[in-house]
Amino acid sequence: MAELTFRESIARGIAQEMRRDESVVFLGEDIGAAGGVFKGTVGLIEEFGGVRVRDTPISEQAILGAAMGAAMTGLRPIAEIMFSDFFAVCWDIVANEIAKSRYMTNGQMTFPLVIRSGNGGGLRFGAQHSQSVENWAMMVPGLKVVVPSNAVDVIGLMAASIRDNDPVIFLEAKALYSSKMDVPDGEIVDTLGTAKVLREGSNATLVALGAMVPRALEAATELAASGIDCTVVDVRSLVPLDTATILREVSATGRLFTVEENPRLCGWGAEVASIVADEIFYDLDGPIVRITTPHIPLPAADALEDMAIPSVERIVTTVHKSMNS
Amino acid sequence: MSSTKVAPTSSDLAHKVALYRSQYALRQFEKRAYDLFLEGLVKGTSHLSIGQEAIAAGVAAAMRSDDWTFATYRGHAHTLARGVPMTPVFAELMGRTNGLMAGKGGSMHLTSVEHGVMGSYAVIGAHLPIACGAAWSAQYRGTEQVAVAFFGDGSTNIGAFHEALNFAAVWKLPVIFFCENNLWMEYTRTSEVTAVANPAADRASAYGLESIIVDGNDADAVFEVTSAAFARARAGEGPSMIEAKTYRHGGHSRADPGKYRPDEELAEWMTKDPIPLYRTRLLEAGVSEDELVLIENEVDAEVDLATDEAKAGGVPGEDLLLKDVWADGGASWRN
Ligand SMILES: Cc1ncc(C[n+]2csc(CCOP(=O)(O)OP(=O)(O)O)c2C)c(N)n1
Repeated sequence: MAELTFRESIARGIAQEMRRDESVVFLGEDIGAAGGVFKGTVGLIEEFGGVRVRDTPISEQAILGAAMGAAMTGLRPIAEIMFSDFFAVCWDIVANEIAKSRYMTNGQMTFPLVIRSGNGGGLRFGAQHSQSVENWAMMVPGLKVVVPSNAVDVIGLMAASIRDNDPVIFLEAKALYSSKMDVPDGEIVDTLGTAKVLREGSNATLVALGAMVPRALEAATELAASGIDCTVVDVRSLVPLDTATILREVSATGRLFTVEENPRLCGWGAEVASIVADEIFYDLDGPIVRITTPHIPLPAADALEDMAIPSVERIVTTVHKSMNS
Repeated sequence: MSSTKVAPTSSDLAHKVALYRSQYALRQFEKRAYDLFLEGLVKGTSHLSIGQEAIAAGVAAAMRSDDWTFATYRGHAHTLARGVPMTPVFAELMGRTNGLMAGKGGSMHLTSVEHGVMGSYAVIGAHLPIACGAAWSAQYRGTEQVAVAFFGDGSTNIGAFHEALNFAAVWKLPVIFFCENNLWMEYTRTSEVTAVANPAADRASAYGLESIIVDGNDADAVFEVTSAAFARARAGEGPSMIEAKTYRHGGHSRADPGKYRPDEELAEWMTKDPIPLYRTRLLEAGVSEDELVLIENEVDAEVDLATDEAKAGGVPGEDLLLKDVWADGGASWRN
């Protein structure tokens, strides 16, 4: 057991898989000697060398194109896109090429690749380095989308993503990079498409993702003090989506609150709300409520950014208001 | 394509006869594809390579069977030239279950991994970086395989082209960038929107590459220059870029009559039609008229048979609709 930060877990997860499988290679900007702009890849080039851990030019299309071409010919590449906002400059490769090619070729090709990227706000970087783009990825058929919320899950879900034979968009909440957790020794391998129930309650179910998970947990603690007992579900994987766990936990309490960092429209919670409304409508005791970032580009100033992204306080007041009305 | 059954007079001549057969077959295939389009049997769109066959045939002849082709939407010829039979290609164009991808890809996405045809890509430029990735994997595994990406003159102005060239150069990747310069994008002359006269070759030096221009209507010249590029790539000397001057005889796609092109330009290029030129060259080299007619008859029969076989294919059903989004064969995104 060792206490690791979220960022240290990234390197540990990648190293765990690179040790066991020679076909795992890693490319991106500043990932080698520099150890990554967020220091998430420290030590990898020292252990695995510059052939397997390879610095690239600032060419996001080339990075992801190379990952795709390598994956279709037998490697298992991991590619880093420094900030997830930058997906916009290489989205053709992600959404048209990687995501569609297996289907278009009637299964002739497989794409065992992972694209990991720093996602979301909290660092006061302004609108072009802060957006939560999980909903961009979720709406593209052919992409799996994984969003860990803690250091242990980072390792296990990273391993599962690398071992998976489909393309996985692996989004790391930048706001969590310095969060710490005790991590067991030895190999950690998790399962994609599994949500986790982090807290069982009887009055309401908070379904959260990524950086919103610790906030939902904290909000649940505060709500408990005022008599509202909440379940907290960490979604962890948007595609595949563990609807069984979500539906079961919402049925049990009769109330669903989603806590989402993405801007409002077409956020992942809208899909969850629609599934819940479709399939367990009569188990609900009140409206489904989505707690999201407003539909705005994220502002830079700390005061404004804190107003935009769902806070513990906003979660608490929203749940309170809705439960007591 | 099936190999020639003509008794070779020498191995060099046999190679040339095979190149003729390949070019002729590509031409006849495309002509039939056009007819099928007009008959309404090929739906959607198609982009023919009529006039550009010397490139597909010449490059394919220089490839090892485990090398990789990355084509564009104008990819019928490149697919067939690697040895993919005609029937599944016709059937794919017609959206039948016996199609190369059971009708799920269509004309613009022909792919046959077992023949090294690693896809036809319909978003301009995208496959250049993807070819770099295949080349990277060959380099990493030390297999001496080479990836070739074909693209048009118009494709040299998109970002992915420039990203891929620099990337391949700095990583010294075994990849060949092959520009088929047919002078036109869709309906606009590439020279009107391009800063340099030779859209690919004039950019080569920016990436530390040699500027190579070849007559794209001469299969022998294409074969030669490409063979040298393959040798460099296999020797670990990195990427090459080749610009071949050529012309498409027809329109950009579908039933486009290509009226935007001056008559004299088309007439001039028709005199440079690679297939009659190559036929004359073979006759001059001592191949008999009878041998060539025999080949042509065989190919014509192959095209007819393939057309019939393709037409006989089934209409894809719902089992295919939800197949192979994921590696497990299915399309499920939830439990
Ligand atoms: C990114 C992108 N932009 C535009 C198009 C539409 N388009 C298809 S083919 C084409 C012309 C391409 O010309 P060129 O590269 O010279 O190739 P050619 O068709 O002559 O073989 C265009 C503009 C596209 N497919 N992708």
